[in-house]
Amino acid sequence: MKKRARNLPLLLAGIAVAMFAFGFALVPIYNSLCKNLGINGKVDLTPVAFDASKSTVNHNREVLVEFVATNNAGVPWEFYPKVTKLKVHPGEIARLAFYAENKTNHRMTVQAIPSITPGIAAKYLKKTECFCFEQQTLEGHEGMNMPLLFHLDTDLPQKVKTITLAYTLFDVTDRVSN
Amino acid sequence: MSHTMSPESSHDDHHDHGPQQYRGVIGFIKRWVFTTNHKDIGTLYLLISLLSFFLAGAMALLIRVELFQPGHRLVDPNLFNQLTTMHGLVMLFGVIMPAFTGMANWQIPLMIGAPDMALPRLNNWSFWILPFAFSLLLSTMFHAGGGPNFGWTMYAPLSTHYAPPSTDFMIFAIHMMGISSIMGSINIIATILNLRAPGMTLMKMPMFVWTWLITAFLLIAIMPVLAGTVTMMLTDRHFGTSFFEAAGGGDPILFQHLFWFFGHPEVYVLVLPAFGVISEVIPTFSRKPLFGYHFMVYATVSIALLSFIVWVHHMFTSGVPLGAELFFMYTTMLIAVPTGVKVFNWVSTMFRGAMTFETPMLFAVAFVFLFTIGGFTGLMLALAPADFQYQDTYFVVGHFHYVLVPGVVFSLFAGAYYWLPKWTGHMYSETMGKWHFWLSVISVNIAFFPMHFLGLAGMPRRIPDYALQFTNFNVVVTVGAFIFGFSQLLFLANIIYTIRKGKKVDGQVWEGATTLEWTLSSPPPYHSFTTPPSIH
Amino acid sequence: MLKQLNTVKQLLLSCLLAICLGPVCAATAPDQWQMNMYKGVTPISHDIYWLHMVAIWVCAAIGVVVFGVMIYSLIHHRKSKGYKPASFHDNTRLEIIWSIIPFVILVGLAIPATHILARMDDSSEADITIKIVGYQWKWQYQYLDQGISFFSNLSTPYAQLQNSQEKNAWYLLEVDKPLVLPVNKKIRFLVTSNDVIHSWWVPELGIKRDAIPGFMHEAWARIEEPGTYRGQCAELCGVNHAFMPIVVEAVTEQAFEQWVATQSKAAAAPTEQNTMTRDALMALGKQKYDMVCSACHQVDGSGIPPLYPALKGSSVAVGHPISRHIDLILDGIPGTAMQAYRDQLTDQEIAAIVTYERNAWGNNTDEDIQPSDVAQVRKELEQPAIRVKQAHAGGLQ
Repeated sequence: MKKRARNLPLLLAGIAVAMFAFGFALVPIYNSLCKNLGINGKVDLTPVAFDASKSTVNHNREVLVEFVATNNAGVPWEFYPKVTKLKVHPGEIARLAFYAENKTNHRMTVQAIPSITPGIAAKYLKKTECFCFEQQTLEGHEGMNMPLLFHLDTDLPQKVKTITLAYTLFDVTDRVSN
Repeated sequence: MSHTMSPESSHDDHHDHGPQQYRGVIGFIKRWVFTTNHKDIGTLYLLISLLSFFLAGAMALLIRVELFQPGHRLVDPNLFNQLTTMHGLVMLFGVIMPAFTGMANWQIPLMIGAPDMALPRLNNWSFWILPFAFSLLLSTMFHAGGGPNFGWTMYAPLSTHYAPPSTDFMIFAIHMMGISSIMGSINIIATILNLRAPGMTLMKMPMFVWTWLITAFLLIAIMPVLAGTVTMMLTDRHFGTSFFEAAGGGDPILFQHLFWFFGHPEVYVLVLPAFGVISEVIPTFSRKPLFGYHFMVYATVSIALLSFIVWVHHMFTSGVPLGAELFFMYTTMLIAVPTGVKVFNWVSTMFRGAMTFETPMLFAVAFVFLFTIGGFTGLMLALAPADFQYQDTYFVVGHFHYVLVPGVVFSLFAGAYYWLPKWTGHMYSETMGKWHFWLSVISVNIAFFPMHFLGLAGMPRRIPDYALQFTNFNVVVTVGAFIFGFSQLLFLANIIYTIRKGKKVDGQVWEGATTLEWTLSSPPPYHSFTTPPSIH
Repeated sequence: MLKQLNTVKQLLLSCLLAICLGPVCAATAPDQWQMNMYKGVTPISHDIYWLHMVAIWVCAAIGVVVFGVMIYSLIHHRKSKGYKPASFHDNTRLEIIWSIIPFVILVGLAIPATHILARMDDSSEADITIKIVGYQWKWQYQYLDQGISFFSNLSTPYAQLQNSQEKNAWYLLEVDKPLVLPVNKKIRFLVTSNDVIHSWWVPELGIKRDAIPGFMHEAWARIEEPGTYRGQCAELCGVNHAFMPIVVEAVTEQAFEQWVATQSKAAAAPTEQNTMTRDALMALGKQKYDMVCSACHQVDGSGIPPLYPALKGSSVAVGHPISRHIDLILDGIPGTAMQAYRDQLTDQEIAAIVTYERNAWGNNTDEDIQPSDVAQVRKELEQPAIRVKQAHAGGLQ
């Protein structure tokens, strides 16, 4: 085959390999698009510093934030927010706690995964302190209070009046021991 | 495009010495295992496709027996889920793709005046991976824990943490089939771009060759993404990754995006060669050139490009944000425009032609009617708000079976009947062909049209048992499916008849046929176009 | 020739008529031949129905034109009729026209579709919020403001699934505890999943929302008419995907308030702890086992190893301590498909199941487990916390 002709199959094979890599690249692309466009309701798991002096609070606007807790795959823990609703002004820091208790008699480790609805609000909810940033371990029959500190960005779209912040508790004891 | 061929091309081939003659049974096996001839390999692909067709068809009939009446009939829910999964995987990867690859192997060199495919040994490997891949895939139903039972769409986490051990073998089989497709596509592109006879410019190529050129590029783009996706499934299952696990920071929806990024162009991989076949058959039997050749090419390219930006329409109910729903609704609706152009062009080819209705033409005309109906339900599904009522119901099952059965499968029949005389040198039985056609076209509508009603009435898909109000239409569907299934035995009988007893035919076979393969004898020499023909 | 044309036109007209009659047929209780979508009882379901019908008409009109030309051609442009083929094979102006006209039609459909989608997306200012969790294979409903929580299971008896009993009118569409909702209130649904992806779908409410584990999605409805509305899970979720229906009872506001009051009382009342006979335990046990456990462990106890272990002859079902057997049902096995049934089954039901499992299929331990035994194991698990600490939360103070 002519040299130019021989290059074509190699080029095509190269495209196939590149598409394989692209498939894997789609994973970080997806995550970054979700984070930056604020879609998918995925909340940023990196803490955001809150500077009370620099923040302007919008007192004319009130947003209702609801807190919901779910145990995944029947995790045998008690897990609930101590406050189910808060009326928050954008720009103002809010603080509450969740309670969790390991109902078994052996040590377990869990990970709380947050999800926000409506999805567009995710980008505007900034957490300064959250139990979801880390895995949490409890011995058998131990309980704990888990703090949550957050604020809403002042440029939260006007049409958002209610935000639901839902946490799902996953058992990651196996992952930790491995 | 019509072109006149020089008749000298067939004379060079009397030096041809046919396939290498081995002796005995071992010789027979050696010929077929080691062949690098595009005609032999084409035949092998077609045979494996035919075998898979009856296998997956039998699974469909088992599914329909279970759904004949409410209540447990024949198979328990776990086996039912395995059957629906396997039926889907085998029909797509084991029937349609190998069948069109077989036709591509036979026809592309003949239609462009090339002696063989560009990479004959790669061609052999591409085929021989498949029997291993399919055996592995089918064997999973006999592994401990049963076969894959999560639908051909394999959504995580049902297909990762809640799936049986045989899933890993399914993943391996998919890798093998993907490699086969990629190698085959590289071969096809190289053949079409490099081995056309002098004078055959791209815009003189038959539409079947064009559609396969574009399909091959689609395959090279998407099969590796599927490979990556199932690899991620494998690592989520066994190596502690969390691509699709929320617990580890992953996302089950990511699986859907990755899968459908492959999955949507995949359905165009299935249908573009079908469009190509129809674009060969209709002009021949209308005795009139294909209308709007250039626009047909542009429309095919547009469909292929658009197919990469519509995938979220499979996920409208999964909680994607409003902006995404709107964007993907618009792009999905847009794909109706080039598809419509193709339908109008086929109708315009028939219009004021002088039609005869031999079996290939019957299937081609039925394709235009019934694929268009599938296209209409596709447009309805594209309307995102309405899709909230259609998604995951029998309305979707009706839609895709319309485009795939009286759509793609009918085009396979049209191509088979059209080219079987060329491949074998014998004419098929026209009587049996017409019986096959009429039984198929009537039963296919009985089997699949009521599915739309069932979906609208509220019947979800992938269920082995249903509420009482869905009984009547399910009975109708099952009856239609059985008639359709058994009618296919006529096709098998016709093929056997053709090879053994069919009347001998000359090179031209069909009065209105104008492409290069009809200038060769029937069957063509084992090595044809060893000297390129001249194209005017 | 003219006669043939008329017949064809007649055929097409009768098809259109059938489509028109569809909505009339769909107006009342589901009939055996329902062909069209429900109009439904919410603003969104009405919008969707309208869009669906417009789409059908548009497609029908295009079909009549295209198929009309085709049929005409198939009849007249035949070699057998002596028709001579023309030779034209392109017309750029025509190609442009029949690209632009469909495009305009599509824009005409896309505009109302966009409006409807935007309306569906706006769940704000709801009166009631219901959290829905999809489980393999049932739904859990939680009324967040009223503090009510319960599971909703398929109530069709297993015997009917196996055809040994005549099927109820609402076979596979009936549950033990329906979702009770008030009419004329904006209801917000928060949907998630406990395990795999499910989908909550009630056609007459015009709602379908996928239930994704770890994620919360919302939908809304305002039900305009009281009634019973039934739906099913709409995403393949495993073996019993077909057996987790949804039943919504829409009632007047007063009826809803009354129902809420009774629910709170029922939750507070203690469960009965009487002694049951072997026969009663085995009967209830088999009934519950067939409905809840046999999907994985199979009716004959043989399971589907390795994922779903056999119970017949298993060390758990014939060995000791019995509390281990009870505990496995209460707390499940995390990381596997064996769920924790502590909140889904009562002491009586668990006692019956354990008794059945320990005596059926030749296990023959001849042991009775009473509801009080189960209550005992529950109490041991429900010890109050030994100590309560402050979590170490990541972040910046």
